[in-house]
Amino acid sequence: MSTEVVNEIKEQEYFINMGPQHPSTHGVLRLLLSLDGEIIKNVEPHLGYIHRSIEKMCEKDTYKMIVHLTDRMDYLSCHMNNEAVCLAVEKGIELEVSDRVKVIRTIMSELTRLSSHQLWWGVMGMDLGAITSFLYGFRDREMIIDIFEETCGARLTMNYNVPGGVMFDIPNNFQKRVKEFIIYFKKKLPEYDDLLSNNVIFKARTEGVGILSKEDAISYGVTGPSGRASGFSCDIRKQHPYSAYDRVDFKEILYSEGDCFARYKARIDEMWESMFIIEQLIDNIPEGSARETTRAVIKLPKGEFYQKVETARGEFGVYIISDGKKSPYRLKFRSPGFSTLNALNTMAKGSKIADLVAIMSTIDLVIPDIDR
Amino acid sequence: MIKSIIKYIKEVLGGLKSLLKGMRVTGYYISHPKEIITQQYPENKDTLKMFDRFRGEVILLHDENNEHRCTGCTACEVACPNGSIEIISERVLNPETGKKKKEIDKFIYHLSMCTMCNLCIESCPTDAIKMGRNFEHAVFDRSLLTSVLNRPGSKLAPGVED
Amino acid sequence: MKFDIYDFSVLTKSIHESLNSMMGETAVMISEMVIVGIIFLTLFAVLGLILVYVERKICAFFQQRLGPMRVGFWGTAQTLADLIKLLLKEPLITKNADKFLFNLAPFVLIIASFMAMAAIPFAKGLHAFDIDIGVFYITAISSIGVVGVLLAGWASNNKYSLIGAMRSGAQIISYELSVGLSLLTIIVLTGSLQFSEIIESQREGWWIFRGHIPALIAFIIFLIASTAETNRGPFDLAEAESELTAGFHTEYSGMKFAFFFLAEFINMFIVAAIGATVFLGGWMPLHFGALESFNAIMDFIPPIFWFFGKTAFIIFLMMWFKWTFPRLRIDQLLTLEWKYLLPINLINILVMAFFVLMGWYF
Ligand code: SF4
Ligand code: SF4
Repeated sequence: MSTEVVNEIKEQEYFINMGPQHPSTHGVLRLLLSLDGEIIKNVEPHLGYIHRSIEKMCEKDTYKMIVHLTDRMDYLSCHMNNEAVCLAVEKGIELEVSDRVKVIRTIMSELTRLSSHQLWWGVMGMDLGAITSFLYGFRDREMIIDIFEETCGARLTMNYNVPGGVMFDIPNNFQKRVKEFIIYFKKKLPEYDDLLSNNVIFKARTEGVGILSKEDAISYGVTGPSGRASGFSCDIRKQHPYSAYDRVDFKEILYSEGDCFARYKARIDEMWESMFIIEQLIDNIPEGSARETTRAVIKLPKGEFYQKVETARGEFGVYIISDGKKSPYRLKFRSPGFSTLNALNTMAKGSKIADLVAIMSTIDLVIPDIDR
Repeated sequence: MIKSIIKYIKEVLGGLKSLLKGMRVTGYYISHPKEIITQQYPENKDTLKMFDRFRGEVILLHDENNEHRCTGCTACEVACPNGSIEIISERVLNPETGKKKKEIDKFIYHLSMCTMCNLCIESCPTDAIKMGRNFEHAVFDRSLLTSVLNRPGSKLAPGVED
Repeated sequence: MKFDIYDFSVLTKSIHESLNSMMGETAVMISEMVIVGIIFLTLFAVLGLILVYVERKICAFFQQRLGPMRVGFWGTAQTLADLIKLLLKEPLITKNADKFLFNLAPFVLIIASFMAMAAIPFAKGLHAFDIDIGVFYITAISSIGVVGVLLAGWASNNKYSLIGAMRSGAQIISYELSVGLSLLTIIVLTGSLQFSEIIESQREGWWIFRGHIPALIAFIIFLIASTAETNRGPFDLAEAESELTAGFHTEYSGMKFAFFFLAEFINMFIVAAIGATVFLGGWMPLHFGALESFNAIMDFIPPIFWFFGKTAFIIFLMMWFKWTFPRLRIDQLLTLEWKYLLPINLINILVMAFFVLMGWYF
């Protein structure tokens, strides 16, 4: 071969389309990888495969309807998404919900966080080749989902919050079941450590892989467990407490390594904290009404309203601009996954394809959340 | 030199130990077949009971006289975020009073568009509709998912409008 | 001799003699070859079907599931149904694939495992090809399989396949070493490469007991390396479904895909059989030196059961690995081989040779 041809071949990049249909992108995300052998030179996420224009749809819906659309974004933390919209609307109509509602919302949020992290743990194992963990994660999640089903009638898209409270009061055996679950899961969580966290192969696959520095985390706006694993203290529950988070005692999990293993540990530790929060609240749910009566069609006064909550993936914000009508003039969601995905290139550059899979699963993406 | 050899051996043994720990977890489950949690779905149909609040489909309640409580006020139609409910009502002459009265002709429900959000149930002033617990909705033709909920010959239960 | 009742050589000899009385020497040879070929083909298919079913069931039980339950009693006919489905499927070839190599690849793989199978001693006298360099023959033949994997990856003209094939090339070339060396550790004890002699030398006790520590280490290394050589989890980098969708056989469908699948399971059987033969005494029953009555009871169990029992045990271990551990990364895979397994293995051979020299084995 002439040198020209050789040089041309050298200059050509080896592109691989990872997705939109790929087992480890967890949805319809397309990543354009340029490779040098197995080494990743560049990752370019392409979005738009599951865009449903939810924000635009919100502009024609009433505020009560908007709540159920947020279930369809980050479906694994649907309760927190619902809560964010409800809190924003309640801010607008200056409605103070009862303590009972606040506590119920907090317990449900933490249960959702637990279920989301359980699923993430299972999927994480599967991405790294330990398929058994997938089933174990789902097994434990099933208990929470059953509690949800009994409480609000749905397993995934719950639509449990309404402006002014929650749709139904909790059923009689709610407390009993939640306590049973906590006892059960405290036994199972150490199993997670045996199966993955302490495993040499797992550690070798995650330690020192996909490092995100604190500065990068802040500048990309990587929040949630992924941001906290880089040392970015960004827990909304601590810094801007909402619902009943001001009356419970819990730690903000912070790690400084910023690698995959730190992100993994941050989530595992968060599960312990969530259980701790639920334990504090479950026995003293105050009496009161579970739902304040609101007008049939809620109208927000003219103005701008913002509310952020901590979902299982980070900071979720709802920004409503109202012109006094029954639907918002403009509504914008700040979804955690979108910011986290932007940092992917920084994390993955220079690592191998197998590392990309580990990184993708530790930043815990839910694609419909990114692509609204 | 000796130190690094000791470290090397420790690494190998520690690694093996962690692997064995993982195998213990899976080994426990294979040796305890009682822990199996999956259920055989069509076989367990008789014992499979959904929770009371389970949201499976919208149903219009009828009592034994084939009477329902829907006045045709369309509150549910308005509350529905995606137009799954269509109320077609007509004015019928009441032979007793001689006045024309609104009555539903068809309560059309598109299951294919319904997101089970429960908003229609909440908005109904007369509690005419409810969430059903049926979850087996699979059909071979999409048009089968659209149904008329009021039964033929059914009418409004007396006393609802007062 | 104690096991005479179970000696298959009586049967094979009588068949041979009756054939001899019927026809000439060449005809006998050809007809015997045909018979053996047919037996092996059947065994191949049956083993494949059983192993796939067993794998699915065992995996299910590890994961607290029930596994296939619908077709046949407890899903026993499931793999048969799957086979029929695969046979009826359209064989797809991608447009820019190298058609000849694409079609050739699954056959290379399956022929390699077929040839390796010939040298496995199933029971006393039930041994198709008792070559005097049996161990060497099997290690040599089983590495031909990688050619099939490489061909498949290259010919399907798919980037994922190519990466998968390259990975598996690197992997098999490295792990061949460890498999060979760990077997060599036992060869030091037996002094022969012939399978029948290796088994015969374990009449007093299996090498894993008699060779104690070094044999145990060799056994562990053999397990790890042979799992890697058969491309099974946690070393299934060539497939790595979460990274490369399906690796080298991404583009294959129908029966050609089934060949890859079958070859994987048969290879697993072959390495397990070698492990059982070399370390666990093949078809030799479990014997403890002094316990005469115990030994007699053990002798009563037919050797073919001993062989399949031991093989099944090793296969179960390999499945246990697969359904517990996460997958390694390619560089870690090579590190494991060159930094850990190989040096330990070399030292282990030296230790074993020293032990043999001093007579420190039972
Ligand atoms: S449940 Fe929701 S989507 Fe379904 S018909 Fe009622 S309001 Fe419409
Ligand atoms: S079901 Fe209820 S809300 Fe809907 S039209 Fe009838 S009475 Fe009105």
